[in-house]
Amino acid sequence: MSEATYLRLAGIRKEFGAFTALSHIDLDIAKGEFVCFLGPSGCGKTTLLRIVAGLELQSAGRIELAGRDISRLPPAKRDYGIVFQSYALFPNLTVADNVAYGLTNRKVPRRQALARVAELLALVGLPGSEAKYPAQLSGGQQQRIALARALATAPGLLLLDEPLSALDAIVRVKLRQEIRSLQRQLGVTTIMVTHDQEEAFAVADRIVVMNQGAIEQVGDAMQVYRDPASLFVADFVGRINVLGATALDAGRLRIGAHEFHCEHAFRSGSELRVYLRPEDVLARPIVAGDPNVFDAQIEKIEFMGPYCLVRVGSHALADHKLTVYLSLNYLAEAQLEVGSRMPLRMVPERMRIFE
Amino acid sequence: MAAALLKAVPLRQQVHWSERIAHVALILVALTLLAFLAGPLGAILQQSLQDAQGRFAGLANFIAYAKTPALLDSLWNSVWVSALVTLITIPTAFGFAYALTRSRMRFKALARTITLVPLLAPSLLAAISLIYWFGNQGLLKAWLARVGIDQIYGAPGIVLAETFSTFPHALMILITALTAADARLYEAADSMGTSAARKFFTITLPGAKYGLISAALVTFTLVVTDFGIPKVIGGSFNVLATDVFKLVIGQQDFQKGAVVALLLLAPAVLTFAVDHWVSKKQTAMLSARAVPYQPKKVPWYDAIMEGYCVLVCALILAMLGMAVFASFASFWPYNLSPSLRHYTMGLFDAEVGEAFVNSLGMAAGTAVFGGALVFIGAYMLEKTQGLKPVRGLVRLLAMLPMAVPGLVLGLGYIFFFNAPGNPLSGLYHTLTLLTICTIVHFYTTGHLTAVTALKALDAEFESVSASLKVPWYTTLWRVTLPICTPALVDIARYFFINAMTTISAVVFLYSPETKVASIAILNLDEAGEIGAAAAMAILIAAANTVATFAFMALSWWIDRRTQAWKQR
Repeated sequence: MSEATYLRLAGIRKEFGAFTALSHIDLDIAKGEFVCFLGPSGCGKTTLLRIVAGLELQSAGRIELAGRDISRLPPAKRDYGIVFQSYALFPNLTVADNVAYGLTNRKVPRRQALARVAELLALVGLPGSEAKYPAQLSGGQQQRIALARALATAPGLLLLDEPLSALDAIVRVKLRQEIRSLQRQLGVTTIMVTHDQEEAFAVADRIVVMNQGAIEQVGDAMQVYRDPASLFVADFVGRINVLGATALDAGRLRIGAHEFHCEHAFRSGSELRVYLRPEDVLARPIVAGDPNVFDAQIEKIEFMGPYCLVRVGSHALADHKLTVYLSLNYLAEAQLEVGSRMPLRMVPERMRIFE
Repeated sequence: MAAALLKAVPLRQQVHWSERIAHVALILVALTLLAFLAGPLGAILQQSLQDAQGRFAGLANFIAYAKTPALLDSLWNSVWVSALVTLITIPTAFGFAYALTRSRMRFKALARTITLVPLLAPSLLAAISLIYWFGNQGLLKAWLARVGIDQIYGAPGIVLAETFSTFPHALMILITALTAADARLYEAADSMGTSAARKFFTITLPGAKYGLISAALVTFTLVVTDFGIPKVIGGSFNVLATDVFKLVIGQQDFQKGAVVALLLLAPAVLTFAVDHWVSKKQTAMLSARAVPYQPKKVPWYDAIMEGYCVLVCALILAMLGMAVFASFASFWPYNLSPSLRHYTMGLFDAEVGEAFVNSLGMAAGTAVFGGALVFIGAYMLEKTQGLKPVRGLVRLLAMLPMAVPGLVLGLGYIFFFNAPGNPLSGLYHTLTLLTICTIVHFYTTGHLTAVTALKALDAEFESVSASLKVPWYTTLWRVTLPICTPALVDIARYFFINAMTTISAVVFLYSPETKVASIAILNLDEAGEIGAAAAMAILIAAANTVATFAFMALSWWIDRRTQAWKQR
């Protein structure tokens, strides 16, 4: 256990009857780190968070928080604050009473508690809202209050269970940046559960990609995106092209009728799957004689704003279709439209190849 | 080896000391329900399988029952009378519910209120009124002969009085069923040019199907298990409910009494099972995206609906009005000048005054302790964790009273608490036991109200509290209880009103010192003092009306103090 490890999960397993919700989860989280559990619904990310919180009990495994074994402790004896998707603010209490809820119980003197409430409300950008009731606030404001309530007792760990899912798009983007900067400012170790990869990319130091109760990959946003550890991660995070290929001799493979260069060697004749992001198929620069350049024909153009999603086919690639990003300016410059033919280049060092 | 060992010992979370308090509370609720519900019911079953000397007799009692022609007659009487009442009540109530929910008639609130009035009086008030209208000295006795009925005593009186007293119960269920309508279905039908009759038979009726089934079963069960009305107006017409009373109190034949009690349990259990099934279906039917139905204004149709409601309300008021009028009449039917003779006679000469005080005490006790027990039980079930087996038991026991007629419960109390050797036998004949019996009798409705209110709260309140290291009882006191107070007041009012009017459960349990008003009315009627009986029934209705207003005021006052957060 490294010195900086604050939360350690070792061999966590969870079964609901015959259904295995989590199978052997190992994870170390450093002090002050912001970690996102990312995955599709039903992957076990919320179950794992609730196990950390003590709201569910793992079937097996050990949890350590700040060097203390908390595996079997009830929630009240662990040290964390939690924010739920539903906010779970007490509707009959004022904002001040909500935020001070955990303080009152700790016999913090009233004057001191009020000062702490004011401080926290300023921190979440809602100073002076002490006397309001939750129903008088917008969804985004309510979630800020829930955050302030969770932070009031200065817990060592902050747990966020899809905190932004109930909010509309603009508020969501704004609030996630605020949560991130707040977390930096306070240095509180934070775990956020989300199914939104963009959200995870925007806030997390490290992303834990989960699928079917297991961890697929742990890494920062760039690693997860550029270097997916599994087919699932490649598929789930970002848009990707999947092409069937056959390995030739060292450093070469064949897709359809075209032979491409790649950076890895595979056993000659083995079947491969090539994963390639749309931005890794380039329209320029094209150098004559480059073996990775192939001839393509535009089949469909989908306008996305500054760039377009362009679907191309190619005789050389047989039945394979590719999606590539082309900038709006380039399409105009080169006078490209549906039916136009153009050369494209696959970047060899960006190809992720699975056997 | 080590892995196998690990698997064999499942992890257990340490239990926080505050959770232990919750567990103790849950166990106490379970023990209360076991002692005052499961125990008495078990005693009935035991009694039905024993002979008079307490030896195991197998099915001998059941066979002896089946060989008694008079008792079989009662069974048949109960069945056909209940079926007939159901056939009359359901269409009448459906028409009324339809008018209230699917037309733009005037005076809806007034019509609704009038139909609720019968609930405030003991059901036998209807029987007393009928005697004044159609009895031997009845005002309209001649009308009976014209439709070929020679006297009101017996089946005709029971059917009419039961129709009157079950009407509000059926109406409430049908209004709920008809309110849950999706306007989009009607709009779709209109866009295809569907006729009104076709819309009624293809959309309205199927939509209210489960409500109709539920209302019919409830009506049937209420009639089968009612005791007061057949006692007052049944004459020599015997039904199951009066048989139980005669067998147990008259002949002291506890074994046959237990057999009849089990027969009474049958339709109630059936109703309970079907109702459970229906409520599951019904929730699935109405999606969250349904658009509530708004009736359009159609003058001629609204007028017909209004006319129908006026007619029904007039009949209800005629029933109530006659009882009020007769209670003030000096000497029916010869001297109708108003006097308080029946009231003074009832209250002082027949000492119903004391019984009335007993009733008020019992109703208040039922409201306070019943409300508390029901709420604590529901809270422990919905908002705390652990003790799975006890939780399942409490859930079952909380639903069971709905399937147990009061008469059966009361009989079970005799067998159970009168048994020598029962440590709780000291409670027998006390007002405390009457109160507990009434709480258990009406437990399920209160329980369901509390569960609904608790389920409406965010399920994560308790999780958040635990993370803030706030024990559950603080959150109960500061958050859950204040939010649920309106529901709690509703539960208390329901307990109070039913405790004032109930007869069936307590008829076996009172002693001369602990007689309650509803029983006193029965005794007055038996002694031929029907005027005083009417007067006392009116007093109960009056007390319940006052109580209803008091609960409304309480509700309003609490609302102002604790529900400020609802204002936006």
